[in-house]
Amino acid sequence: MGRRAKNKQGDVKPLPGSIPDKSSTSRRQQAKKKKAPSTPNDQKKFKAQKGSLGRKPLPAHRRKKVDEVDEDDSDLDEALQPGELSEDEEETVKVKSVKKGKKPASSDEESEERSGPVKQLEFSDSEGEDEDLNDDGESLPLGQHAFDLDEAPSDEDDEELGDEFDLGSDEDDEMLDNEFDEDDEEDAEVDSAFASEDEDTEMAPAAEEDEDEDEDNIQTNLEDDLEETYTLPAVDRGGEEEEIEHGTSLREVEQRMRWLVGVCLGKDDKMSKGVPGKSRSDHLLQLQHDIATYFGYNTFLVGKLMKLFPADEALAFFESNESPRPVTIRANTLRTRRRDLAQALINRGVTLEPIGKWSKVGLQVFESQVPIGATPEYLAGHYMLQAASSFLPVIALSPQPNERVLDMASAPGGKTTYISALLQNTGIIFANDSNKLRTKSLTANIHRMGCKNVIVSNYDAREFPKVIGGFDRVLLDAPCSGTGVISKDASVKVNKTERDFQLLAHLQKQLILCAIDSVNPNSATGGYVVYSTCSVTVDENESVVDYALRKRPNVKLVETGLEFGVEGFKSFEGKNFNPSVSLTRRFYPHKHNMDGFFVAKFKVEKRKKGGKAAAAAAEEEEEQKPTMKLNDEGMVVEEEVGDVSRFEDEEDQALIEESKRKALKKKGIKVSSKPVASKVNTKDEKDTSNGQIKVPKSKKMTEKRRSKA
Amino acid sequence: MRPLTEEETKAVFEKLANYIGKNLVHLIDRDEDDAYCFRLHKDRVYYLPLPMLHYATSVARPNLISLGTCFGKFSKTGKFKLGITCLDWLAKYAKYKVWIKPSGELPFLYGNHVAKAHLGRITEDTPEHQGVVVYNMADVPLGFGVTARSTIDTRKLDPTGIIVFHQADVGEFLRDEDTMF
Repeated sequence: MGRRAKNKQGDVKPLPGSIPDKSSTSRRQQAKKKKAPSTPNDQKKFKAQKGSLGRKPLPAHRRKKVDEVDEDDSDLDEALQPGELSEDEEETVKVKSVKKGKKPASSDEESEERSGPVKQLEFSDSEGEDEDLNDDGESLPLGQHAFDLDEAPSDEDDEELGDEFDLGSDEDDEMLDNEFDEDDEEDAEVDSAFASEDEDTEMAPAAEEDEDEDEDNIQTNLEDDLEETYTLPAVDRGGEEEEIEHGTSLREVEQRMRWLVGVCLGKDDKMSKGVPGKSRSDHLLQLQHDIATYFGYNTFLVGKLMKLFPADEALAFFESNESPRPVTIRANTLRTRRRDLAQALINRGVTLEPIGKWSKVGLQVFESQVPIGATPEYLAGHYMLQAASSFLPVIALSPQPNERVLDMASAPGGKTTYISALLQNTGIIFANDSNKLRTKSLTANIHRMGCKNVIVSNYDAREFPKVIGGFDRVLLDAPCSGTGVISKDASVKVNKTERDFQLLAHLQKQLILCAIDSVNPNSATGGYVVYSTCSVTVDENESVVDYALRKRPNVKLVETGLEFGVEGFKSFEGKNFNPSVSLTRRFYPHKHNMDGFFVAKFKVEKRKKGGKAAAAAAEEEEEQKPTMKLNDEGMVVEEEVGDVSRFEDEEDQALIEESKRKALKKKGIKVSSKPVASKVNTKDEKDTSNGQIKVPKSKKMTEKRRSKA
Repeated sequence: MRPLTEEETKAVFEKLANYIGKNLVHLIDRDEDDAYCFRLHKDRVYYLPLPMLHYATSVARPNLISLGTCFGKFSKTGKFKLGITCLDWLAKYAKYKVWIKPSGELPFLYGNHVAKAHLGRITEDTPEHQGVVVYNMADVPLGFGVTARSTIDTRKLDPTGIIVFHQADVGEFLRDEDTMF
């Protein structure tokens, strides 16, 4: 009720029945008009401003508002009509008159006020009674109206009213008060006029008004004429890091931030006007600095993350990082069923609900009277506290019974135990973690959940195909920067630098190759690798996937089998990834209300043998060479590629072939290393043909790029 | 990782027999395609399926943390102590059981003995000093212990009297997570 109802009502046409009633309200309207002429109207005006979102045509609104009030009154009367008319009217008039008495008294304070909703509380404490009256006067009609709509006008209504009148207006007020506890902001604001005098007395009315408008603008998403107010200090400083912007409060930064988002989006003509003479990138830079300041990130990380989203989404992302994700648990199907578990937990005073259609074992916990991580059910291994996002890689992996599965970075065991549950304790899981301390909790969890098919090891995951290979499925939940789980671990905001991202990406690239190499491509049921991170940056996700696709020609991306999520980036900042990267899935806190996450699923196929494979591989390499170069060094390399293709000597060709063969050998593709004369010939033919293809291809590419540029 | 010596085997089986009695045979003599074995690794005894044993051999000793189900550990003096991690198997084959009321769940999970007031049900004819598995009323195994009295004697006991001496409970997964492995 309260504000929303009132606003709604502003738009609703008067009920058909209410129109003829107007005549009967004339007395009251007159009474109203008798009120101190300036103040109530003023109040109404502010009300109109506050209440109506689009506040362009002010006078019209004012007029409308007055109408509204009248309608309200008529509604009241209508509602009261069935009862004893005269009494009702007397009563309301009485109320009004009290109001009348009160308001003129405070009329001198009228100009200094508008302190905002914060002061509402203060007021209700100090002058509760008066507020009641005011509220009553203004919201009574509303409430009555609602009654009318809800329950058809009946004797009950009348009875109630009658009772109240017997008891006197105080009772009535209280009753209504309860109803309108979260009352209109307008009312509060009008009311706060009386409470906030001491704070605001210094301010001149005009300034007051401005500020008020300002606030309004924030609420209404900064509609107009703010350009003058904002500058881009970060741009003026040349985009350098500052300690603290002097003389600006966090609040101002926030205002500017939201305004900049509007500017950068540029959807709305009114809002897209930025600071004149500054480019869009200047605005973006300022936005980056403002976000960094407001949310407490380092500027570098904000810049990195902002590139992933349009401005409004970026802001939503950063905002959602401030609130925790819902607590979710996974029912352990080795020990119980979800329904039984839910029942057991509900009996312990836990409010929960299934997590969604996509999971049959997930439960979302809304509130709990007991520590959810220490119930007897938890200790008995009936469920695992696990973020919703960490279900996803296992669902994507979809291990089948009797398979051999490797979890390369498994602590604390949420995913491992899920895999084990899906395997129904058959097959074998290798749960590896490189941190020996973390293997303790991993082992404890595995035993608690009753997983009997797990071998826990403590290797650096990069050693893996050497330790043991030939797995049916491999899950690589790679160590990452944690930019998707900032809500859990806020230290990421400040402690990550460019170097960290480079190192992590490097490690991830090593790991993903190890994961791919650990898979048995001849597996009857499997041959899959799932790569996941709890990070949202492209360097740790698509880049790594693309790298793996380039390095291992026998690997391709397949559908993850996840119903939702955003497609991975096919190109980013001028890097073009393999088009199949769109099969990967991204998850964002602001979109899916789970941790930021990335899942990619690979199918490892048999390595092709002999010259055919070599040719295919060579072709593939050709295709990918330019992109690779681009990745590494950017625009400069294009020329080089062109040059290389132009320098075509027999000798060069031979050398290139030799190095290609070596590279293929490293990847494990068998190429007859000692070229027999005849084979060499055939090869050479192929190679030269390849070479011939190569020239125009690369040229074409460069031409294309040039034309684009 | 190695097979148990004869002495070690004896120590382990004696302890197990205290809880599951003759059902011990079911742990040892299993179907051909579902064979399990006991292995000792870093003073801990593991019970694992045979195929797993073969795969586990490829993991080097210092890097192997755990495999299959841990049953317990040998102390330095050569005594064997059953750990809570073997509860699954014990519960499966337990001969004597004790059920505790909901009010007694948490005290037991905090490591206390089972008082008579908390006793919900008990297997009939349980002798004194017999290893029993402790369940809650929903048949969820919570731990194990040793009876202080036989079933008949418990009837005379006052409500605060101890029925089952606590030996291990699932609360250890939280309390002793760091020292468990």
